Amino acid sequence: LSRIGDELYLEPTQSGLSLRAVNSSRSAFASFLFAPLFFQLYEPGSAGPDAELFRCKVHMKSFLGVFRSLPSLEKSVGKCLILLKPRASRLVLQLHCKHGVTKTHNLAFQECERLQAVFDTQRCASCLCAPARVLAEAVVHFPLTLAEVTLGTGPGGKISLRNYVEDEAEPSKTMVTELWLAEDEFQLVAVTPDSHITFCLKEFRGLLSFAEASNLPLTIHFDEPGRPVIFTLDDTVLEVHLVLATLSDLESSSHSPSTNGASHLPAPSDDFADDLESYMAAMETSEGCSEGAPSPNFSLRTPQPADSKPEGEEEEEEEEEGAVPGTPPHKKFRSLFFGSVMTPGRPGPATAQEVLAEDSDGEG
Amino acid sequence: MRFRAKIVDLACLNHFSRIINTIARLAKTCILRLTVCKLYFILSDKVANGGASMWCELSQGNFFDEFQLEGVAAEHNEIYLELVPENLSRALKTAQNAKAVKIKLTNKHCPCLRVAVELPSLSSSSRIVTHDIPVGVIPRRMWNDFREPSVPDFDVSIYLPVLKTMKSVVERMKNLSSVIVIEANLSGEMNLKIETDLVSVTTHFKDLGNPLWASEDGCQSSTQGRDLESMAEACIDIKKLQQLLAGQQVNPTKALCNIVRKRIVHFVLLHEEVSLQYFIPVIA
Repeated sequence: LSRIGDELYLEPTQSGLSLRAVNSSRSAFASFLFAPLFFQLYEPGSAGPDAELFRCKVHMKSFLGVFRSLPSLEKSVGKCLILLKPRASRLVLQLHCKHGVTKTHNLAFQECERLQAVFDTQRCASCLCAPARVLAEAVVHFPLTLAEVTLGTGPGGKISLRNYVEDEAEPSKTMVTELWLAEDEFQLVAVTPDSHITFCLKEFRGLLSFAEASNLPLTIHFDEPGRPVIFTLDDTVLEVHLVLATLSDLESSSHSPSTNGASHLPAPSDDFADDLESYMAAMETSEGCSEGAPSPNFSLRTPQPADSKPEGEEEEEEEEEGAVPGTPPHKKFRSLFFGSVMTPGRPGPATAQEVLAEDSDGEG
Repeated sequence: MRFRAKIVDLACLNHFSRIINTIARLAKTCILRLTVCKLYFILSDKVANGGASMWCELSQGNFFDEFQLEGVAAEHNEIYLELVPENLSRALKTAQNAKAVKIKLTNKHCPCLRVAVELPSLSSSSRIVTHDIPVGVIPRRMWNDFREPSVPDFDVSIYLPVLKTMKSVVERMKNLSSVIVIEANLSGEMNLKIETDLVSVTTHFKDLGNPLWASEDGCQSSTQGRDLESMAEACIDIKKLQQLLAGQQVNPTKALCNIVRKRIVHFVLLHEEVSLQYFIPVIA
């Protein structure tokens, strides 16, 4: 989670403790849901009929600092107590160690709204599942400095990973690395042919090392370019989601690839119109729409603002602060798949509503 | 113009990778000259390279199981490519347990060396990783820029000390100074010296031995009449020396340097299958 954001959101729910993080450009979101069974004792607190369970966020570094050296923790700590004291404004982390030593850390927290990304794995056209090891062995061929990678489906059911070369980089100077994995390396392959998505490698690597360490298979749900890619890990007591924005290319997503299995996928189009669709359209429109609103798109912003003709509604302006153009390195990834979610019953602007596209795994 | 080659032996692959790693440390961009029998990595002494130049030569038969070359023309059955060796190094880095590595010259959108690594996998088919390394094809008229440098008319030729020792000495000196003086004589003595306002450090090596060079008329160079004790010195960029030493991952069979006082130091590192010459000019 620390690879994604600087703040750790803690949200106790009836179905477990959810830890979440989001990055500053709001193009990456992760949540870890620990079921009550994961804990020796789990008391989410009592919520009244109109109130929600208390939630907060703390500085990631402060939280991590308590668990600094894992090997020595494993040797000396018997129990860890996490206690939220709303009235004292403190999150208490208490480590019960050997020899009767108790270390109590009081972290300051901030109240926060519910951090929830808008995504729905059911609405993703493609799904892959592979042991974490296979994917880890795949990304090792890419340099650690590589920002984005393109995942695609190719002929013969093969799945490819390729480094994404930015338009600004000279194509005749940049090395292109492409890896092909056979269908039978995966536990599940249910993909739309000739599809591809481009996403940020850094956050993905973070999840991958967690998955490898826990020996869990990783599931990848994706759809068209521009729609978020969702990585999930599932265990009896843990549910993990990582949602990443993907690069959208505004040409038709059905390119025809070369038939030669070893040739690379067509590069994303470099002819982007400045089509600023409101990524909050899903949030703004049809509250209570029964089929669910379409997931927001993450449009590309070209460097020529003069050409821009925003098609989106005005509302998107207020979300602009989420899209920080200068945020390295992804000025093309717009923020977006969520924003503030007002709780029902509280007065708010007309745009307030609940999450439209609920996480299909139903966190409750 | 065609080039295709294949390595299947892991030891050959590792060895080849190590050589590429060494080259990558010495040159950001260099020329790869392909002939039917040999590969050459060449860095010419342009100002852009800081005046240093390099000539590395290896016999393709020692590394490749298959090697097919069709040069630019029948009488000139060679290909000269400009590339960034670091790219090649990266491509080979994760190929250490490959079943096979194929290298091919292609020209899809631009000329590239395509390195295709076939990796073992638990599935029925292998994993294939391809790296397309952009290259520049050097036209025939420019080939003369990249001829083998001749051995300079040196004042002293001496075998280098154990490279590991020399490397650690130079690395520490690098923290103190940006230039280093190499001096040696014909009695097998070498000194590495740095001098700054605050400190001067000298490391002395002895009993190194001086190689005998056959001169062009076939006679061994005569040391008569030369002062065996007199030191020939050259002041060079310490970073270049450090890069040369740091890139040596395997001990060479022979390592020596030729010093032309106040002009240039010519390093020669010989391994069984590859020879590397590196020229570091004196700092003006």
